[in-house]
Amino acid sequence: MLWPSSRTSCCATRIACSKPMEKAVNQATLPPKLPPAFERKVEVRGFLQWINAPERRGALLVTPALATLFLINILPLLWSFGLSFFNYRANRLTAPKFQGLENYTDLLGDDRVWERFVTTGLIVSSSVALQLLIGFGLALLFAKKFPMRRLALMFVLTPMMLSFVSVAIFFKLFYDPTLGMLSWFISLFTGESFALLATPAGAIAGIVIADAWMWSPFVMLLVLAGLVSVPGYLYEAAEIDRAPSWKRFRTITFPYVKSLLLLALLFRTIETFKTFDLVFLITEGGPGSTTETIAIYAYRLGFQFFRTSEASALAYMILFVVIVLTSIYLYVVKQRNASEGV
Amino acid sequence: MASGFRTHDQAGPVRTFFAWLVGIIYFAPVFWIVLTAFKTRADALAIPPKLVFAPTLDNFRAVFFQTSTTGEVTGSGVWLYFANSAFIAGSSVLLALIIGTLAAYAFSRYPLKGNDTYLFVILSTRMLPPIVVIIPIFLVFRLTGLSGSYIGIILLYTGFNLPFSIWMMKSFFDDLNPEVEDSARMDGSGDWSVFGRIALPQVKAGLAATSVFALILTWNEFIFALLLTGPETRTVPVAIASTIGGEIGVDWGKLSAMVSLFLIPVFIVTFALQNQLLRGVTFGTVRK
Repeated sequence: MLWPSSRTSCCATRIACSKPMEKAVNQATLPPKLPPAFERKVEVRGFLQWINAPERRGALLVTPALATLFLINILPLLWSFGLSFFNYRANRLTAPKFQGLENYTDLLGDDRVWERFVTTGLIVSSSVALQLLIGFGLALLFAKKFPMRRLALMFVLTPMMLSFVSVAIFFKLFYDPTLGMLSWFISLFTGESFALLATPAGAIAGIVIADAWMWSPFVMLLVLAGLVSVPGYLYEAAEIDRAPSWKRFRTITFPYVKSLLLLALLFRTIETFKTFDLVFLITEGGPGSTTETIAIYAYRLGFQFFRTSEASALAYMILFVVIVLTSIYLYVVKQRNASEGV
Repeated sequence: MASGFRTHDQAGPVRTFFAWLVGIIYFAPVFWIVLTAFKTRADALAIPPKLVFAPTLDNFRAVFFQTSTTGEVTGSGVWLYFANSAFIAGSSVLLALIIGTLAAYAFSRYPLKGNDTYLFVILSTRMLPPIVVIIPIFLVFRLTGLSGSYIGIILLYTGFNLPFSIWMMKSFFDDLNPEVEDSARMDGSGDWSVFGRIALPQVKAGLAATSVFALILTWNEFIFALLLTGPETRTVPVAIASTIGGEIGVDWGKLSAMVSLFLIPVFIVTFALQNQLLRGVTFGTVRK
C-alpha cells in the first residue's frame, strides 16, 4: 500500500529486515559510511523501514484508529473527569476552583438525583421486560418459513433501524389528544379526548411503549438466531420419547436461546439506561420532571443551568454503570463464543 | 455469511396468518405517518382518522418548494439539510471505515499485547453515554470555532463510527480462513499485498454491511447534531425535531412528508441487509 513493500530490492530496504541472517549479509556488503548527501534520505527511508517492520505491523495498523479515538473520545473523557472536580460553569469567566469530590458528594446527597435514578430505573426495567416478552413472542411466531417471510420480517425489524426523531414523531401523533388514534379510540368508550402524556404515569407508559415498540425487534432478532440454530434431530428425538411440549421447550429450545437472551437483556439495559433522545423528544421530561431520566438531567445541568462541572460528575456516574454492564456483556459474549467454538 | 434466521421448517396456515397479522400491526405506526404524508390538511385532522381518502402530493411539494416566513423548515432549507445529512454521514463513514478496517485487520491477525483490553476500551467508547463526551467537546468546539462547521461534526462522527467499524470488521476478518493468507505468504506475497489482495476482497460484503450500518447510525444521530451543528450544517433529524417543539400549529401533513422522505434510505437498507442485521445491531459481537 502506501509504504514500500519489503520486497523492493534496494540495499537500504534490507537494513531494517528482521531476519538476522540477511542483516549480517547486507551489513557486510554496505559501505562502512554513507556519503553525507545521502544521510538524510536514508534516515527518512530508514524510518519507514523501521515502522514497516513485520514485528511492528499490528501496532502500525492500529495507531491511526487509537489516535483518532484518543483525540475524539478519550481526551474529552479525561477532560470531563478533570472538570468534575472543579466548580466550573461554562457561562462564567471566573477561574474555576478545585473542590475535590464535592460535586460527587453533593449529587449523591441530592434527592433530585435519586428521583431521576428511580425514574430511569423504572423506565429501564419496564421497557426491557416488555422488550424481552414481545421479542420472544415475535421470535417464536417468525421461527418458521412461510410465504413472503422476508417482507413480513422487514415490517417487524424496521423500527429499530429508524431514528429516535421519527419514532418520537410517530408516537407524538399517536398520543395526541385531538388528532391521535389513541385518544380517538378511548373517546369511543368515554366520550372524552384522552391525553396520555398529561399524567406522570401515562407519560412513563407512553415512553415505555414507544421504546418497547422500537427495540422488541432487537430481542426478536437475537432469539430468532437461537431458535433456528436448534438442530432438528433433537426435536425428533423428543418426539420419539414423547416429551411434553413444555419439557421440549425447557430442555431443548431454551438452552439454545438462553445466552442470546441474556445478551439481549444486557445490551438493551445499557442502551435504555442512557436513553435521552426518545424521552427528550416525546415528553421533554414532563409533566414537571416526572419522566426526566438521569441522562436528561445531566443534559439540563450542563446546557440549561450551565453547572458544567456538576453535569460532568453526574455523567461519570452514568458512565460507571455503563462500563460495569459492558464488561458483563463482553464476559457473556466470550463465554458463549468459547462454548460454541465460534 | 451467517444469516441468523434461515430455517427449513414450514409454518402452518394459522401461524402464517398470525405472523402476517402481527407484522402488519407492528408496522402500523410507520404506515400511518406515510399515509398522513399523502393527506390534505383537512383529511389529516379528521376525527375519526380517515383510512380512505383522496391522496395528494401537496405535502411533498410544500416540503421542497414552499418558502415560508414563519420559520418553518421548508423550501431551500430542506434541500440543504438533506445534503448536509448525506455529506456529513458519507465522509465520516468513509474515514472511519478506512481507519477502522486497518485496525480491525491488525486486531484480528496481529494481536497486540493486551489486545482484549484495547478492544474493550474501544467498545466502551461506543457504549458510553453521549452526555459524557459532549460537555468537553462542546467547550472545545466553542473555543476553536469548530462548532457549526462541517469539519467539527465530521471528525466527531468519525470517532463515533470508528469503534463500530473496528468491531464489525474484526468479526468479518475473524470469519476468514487464515490458511488462505498463510499460503499466499508462502508463495512470497508481502503482508501488504496479502491484506490488499487476499483478505480485503474476501470481506467485501462485510465492508458494505459495515458502511451501510454506520451510514444509518450517523444519518439518524440526534443529540450531537443538536448541540454541535449550526444553521448551515444542520442535519435532518435536528430540523425535524425543531418543528415539533410547539404544541400548536404542527403541520402534520408536511411533517409526515418530511419524515417519510427521511425514512426511505432506511427501508431500503433494512430490506437489503436483512442477513447482516444481527451482526450489525450487536456491533459484530453476535454472529450467529
